[in-house]
Amino acid sequence: MVLLQRPHILLLLIDTHQFLQCWIAFGSANEEGQQQEEFSEELLVKPLPDHKLLAHFHFQSSAPPSTSNGCHHHLFPKAISQLVQKFRVKEMELSFTQGRWNYESWGGFDPISSSNAKPPGVELWAVFDVPQHHIDASWKNLTHTLSGLFCASINFLESTATYSTPEWSFPPASGNVRYGTLPCEAVCTENLTPWLKLLPCRDKAAIALLLDRPSLYRGFYHSQRLHLTSTESSSEGIDSGIILEQTLTVVLQPNSERAIEVHASEKHVQPSWSLSSIFGKQVSGRCVLAKSSSVYLLLDRGLVAELKFPNKENGKSAANGLTSENFWSNPSFELSVNPDRIFLEESSSHSKSLSILYMFQVEKYSESEPFDIGLMWKVPVAWLCQQTPLHASRFFMGSGNERGAIAISLKSTQFTEGFMSANSKDGSCELRVDVFQVVPWYVKVYFHSLRVFVDQQPRAVSDFIEKIHVSPSKDKMSPGVMEVVLKLPCRVNTAALTIEFDKGFLRIDEYPPDANQGFDIPSAIISFPNFHASMVFLEDDSLNRSPLLSKFQEKCPVMSYTEVLLVPLTTPDFSMPYNVITIKCTVFALYFGSLLNVLQRRVAEEERFLKAKAAKKTGRLPLLLSKLSAKLRGSGINQD
Amino acid sequence: MEKLKKKIGSFSFWNWVIASIIFRLILIYFPKNLNLSSRPEVSTPLTSFRRLAEGYWLKQSSMSSYAGSMYHGSPLLLSLLGPLTVKRIEGQPNHLLYSLVSVIADVVSAMLIRATGQNLRLAYLRSLESLDLVKQIDVSEFLFSGDIAALIYLCNPFTIVACVGLSTSPIENMAVILCLYGACSRLIPLAAFGWVIATHLSLYPAILIIPVIFLLGCGPDSPPRKLFLQRHQQKEVLNQSKLPPGFSWGPIIHFAFWAFLWSVYVLVLCGISLKQFGGLWEMFKSTYGFILTVEDLSPNIGVLWYFFAEVFEFFRNFFLIVFHVNILFMILPLAIRLRHRPCYLAFVYVAICSMLKSYPSVGDSALYLGLLGWFVNELADMQFSLFLFCGYVGVSLLSPVMHNLWIWRGTGNANFYFTTAMVYACLQIVLVVEGISAVLNHDRKLRILITGKPQDAKS
Repeated sequence: MVLLQRPHILLLLIDTHQFLQCWIAFGSANEEGQQQEEFSEELLVKPLPDHKLLAHFHFQSSAPPSTSNGCHHHLFPKAISQLVQKFRVKEMELSFTQGRWNYESWGGFDPISSSNAKPPGVELWAVFDVPQHHIDASWKNLTHTLSGLFCASINFLESTATYSTPEWSFPPASGNVRYGTLPCEAVCTENLTPWLKLLPCRDKAAIALLLDRPSLYRGFYHSQRLHLTSTESSSEGIDSGIILEQTLTVVLQPNSERAIEVHASEKHVQPSWSLSSIFGKQVSGRCVLAKSSSVYLLLDRGLVAELKFPNKENGKSAANGLTSENFWSNPSFELSVNPDRIFLEESSSHSKSLSILYMFQVEKYSESEPFDIGLMWKVPVAWLCQQTPLHASRFFMGSGNERGAIAISLKSTQFTEGFMSANSKDGSCELRVDVFQVVPWYVKVYFHSLRVFVDQQPRAVSDFIEKIHVSPSKDKMSPGVMEVVLKLPCRVNTAALTIEFDKGFLRIDEYPPDANQGFDIPSAIISFPNFHASMVFLEDDSLNRSPLLSKFQEKCPVMSYTEVLLVPLTTPDFSMPYNVITIKCTVFALYFGSLLNVLQRRVAEEERFLKAKAAKKTGRLPLLLSKLSAKLRGSGINQD
Repeated sequence: MEKLKKKIGSFSFWNWVIASIIFRLILIYFPKNLNLSSRPEVSTPLTSFRRLAEGYWLKQSSMSSYAGSMYHGSPLLLSLLGPLTVKRIEGQPNHLLYSLVSVIADVVSAMLIRATGQNLRLAYLRSLESLDLVKQIDVSEFLFSGDIAALIYLCNPFTIVACVGLSTSPIENMAVILCLYGACSRLIPLAAFGWVIATHLSLYPAILIIPVIFLLGCGPDSPPRKLFLQRHQQKEVLNQSKLPPGFSWGPIIHFAFWAFLWSVYVLVLCGISLKQFGGLWEMFKSTYGFILTVEDLSPNIGVLWYFFAEVFEFFRNFFLIVFHVNILFMILPLAIRLRHRPCYLAFVYVAICSMLKSYPSVGDSALYLGLLGWFVNELADMQFSLFLFCGYVGVSLLSPVMHNLWIWRGTGNANFYFTTAMVYACLQIVLVVEGISAVLNHDRKLRILITGKPQDAKS
């Protein structure tokens, strides 16, 4: 669309000489300027230990600061840039997720899982660059805008009872963050289509072509994410404009042909796959607007350790000699396409082995010769993904619809054991765990009932909780937020936090149509601020770095989301509000009537006394009144 | 019911008091207080112990105790009782100190009830004497209403449950009783203190100012003043000394002064404790505002929660006004009709409040049932007393069953529980109506005895 508009603009400009000059000046400024609108698309494929395959699409568009060319954009979606300008969004992340990231078998200690594993439903957080008292209004408008943009009920996040203000435990720590989730939001293709609309080539070319709806939604996990960073309004002068990062992470089950003729011995052989077999499509041609479009195949550290590459020892030299065939011709697997480049991870302190990244450039391929990589496993391999230091899970305790308790349990994983042995030299080793938990107001949490169990022993709260911040819930006004910093010893096996709550009772019209289904409590966020998941790959040209790989290099804190909990709430009888109202009012009438009756009742003798009194004192007015009433009564009877 | 009371009265008073205290202590030593502290009958949002503990926790972590919608009580109560919610003694039940405070409050209330009851009985005998009815009415059959009332209060299962369930209602009840005791025994500062504290804690006792004014103005319960005049007209001699004193304004002004003083004192204390957190306005909003707007819809033994859960939002304000005005409407007719019996008027007000208040608990019922004991002599001819007794027993057995069916087992629905609440409300209505009619009939009986017209005795 932008391209089509350009000739018109040109024509207009040619008419007026001044404007033409101006335009030329702009153009030259653009060319001189280090930044132009850019778009790049990448796909990363990674085999997972449980015979599944992770596909991670990464599209990144960036726009220079809007001052350079008004509000016109070549590649960058206008809707997003308008949104950023209007609400002065500094940073924002919106994710639509279906399914749950399996931290145990898909790993939790790599950049993909720590930034792309999201809680089910919709999660939205945003940092605003507006004064404190305007933030809530901006948030409200933002939710409505996004709701319209993505065909989702994000507008439910506008009410103060659904979003919260994390103080410090949420990663982009600052007071201007607003965080809200809709755990019960169903995510489907209607949310994907507007998301794809933001891409310059939509899903018509190159990598986005692979986004075949049936195969995507057949997967075990599906998370589409939109991350927005804008440094537009910063006064320091380091303007990088807006960076829009759109990722789609899916976990799929490759249905390999060999699975049919599986032998008992070959049970553990990973399924072989190719892009065409898992997505049903091939990458043909390239998106002409994309600066780069490439496909990566990532072999995990654990997997590489199992595969025993012949010259693992002198990996560094191999990385330099990129054409070294040692890495892609391995006795245990076979690639259908020769990789263009191979990256080796820089050695890190956490693990012994290094992951390997194969890169394929899609630009070389055309429609006549579509790109399709496949991986054929020859021998069975079994490995483990690197896990978070502690595996977090959350559950309910208690029964009945009156009260209960939420328990967050942390279990040590194989990582902690390694970490512990590594740090065993210095005796005082501590593991810092941040817990961020939002509970809706109808789950009335008693914060004084917070208990800590370490290795199944009840312990004093103050011994392990270093810092706690609580903002208690207000009925129908704000959710309860709990932020806790736990300091656990490294040798800990299990740790658990429990907190009691009472279930609230809602009004009849506050229940959703399916009231007996229950209400969702959003996931708790468990983060490990001392650990950073990053993958640094050895690269020769740092200038031409791909956005995905530079994303991997960023130090993002390791965090994991717990399960969404479904809390059943007691329901009133929806069918009979009228009965309740009428019966209740009858009882009140009974009370009022009978009490008044008793108070004004006089027995016969008293009546006589009063009559005698009245007879004595009868004046003119009462006489008149009694006559009048008698007449009225008489006439009334006559009329009847 | 009357026979039961007689039976209790014939036993040694102090034995019963000690037995009831020991029974409470035994229950306190049960693990987790038999879960009584989370029963909907015992702990309403206003009286719940857990909410008090939560409020104290928030206060300790330098937040306003009204920050969430958990605590809705008084800040003073929080400062006094709050530390007891966390204090623990090794090897003893968790909330032993707090329970002991409740037990002491109960015993003090019972003693005050007893003293007031004796006061009332003496006043009644004196008025009978001045009416020369001592011969017609066998005074020796008169029960010691003070003892009976105190024992009813102490041994009532409702009181015991409220005390062991760690609710704050024993304290609230004590304030109300203190007010009535002070007014009966003409300790004006005490009466004013009790009234201010009771109003501060639970708002509804504010209407007790009317019986207190009558008590201070004309003295404790007596037959209508008209009867004395009639009696003396009959005898043709006007013995001023035997007439009850007329209405005197002196003590009332005294009371108003003290009430003002105490309320300023209480407000200043509250203001100091809430200085950093929004001040008094915050307190009024989350205590009185919470009571008046019925925001919490968790089930209790009242009827308003279900009504407001079901009623349409559009009508909510209308019904809120209707239900609160229902209490106010009845103040004036009752005050006119029962002005010669201020203590009885106080009992009726307390009963009506506990019936119509937004978050009733069994502690409120315990209070008016205890006060009922003061009038055993007047209410001897009350109708339906057996029916009421059985009704109370039945409802208090059925209500937990229905609650369990609805909340815990999920086999019943809300209407099951609401029905028992309805029946309970009806029982209270019958109690109030029949009680008032019995007292009015008692006055009629006295008049008939004076004027000597037995043929009109039927009513």
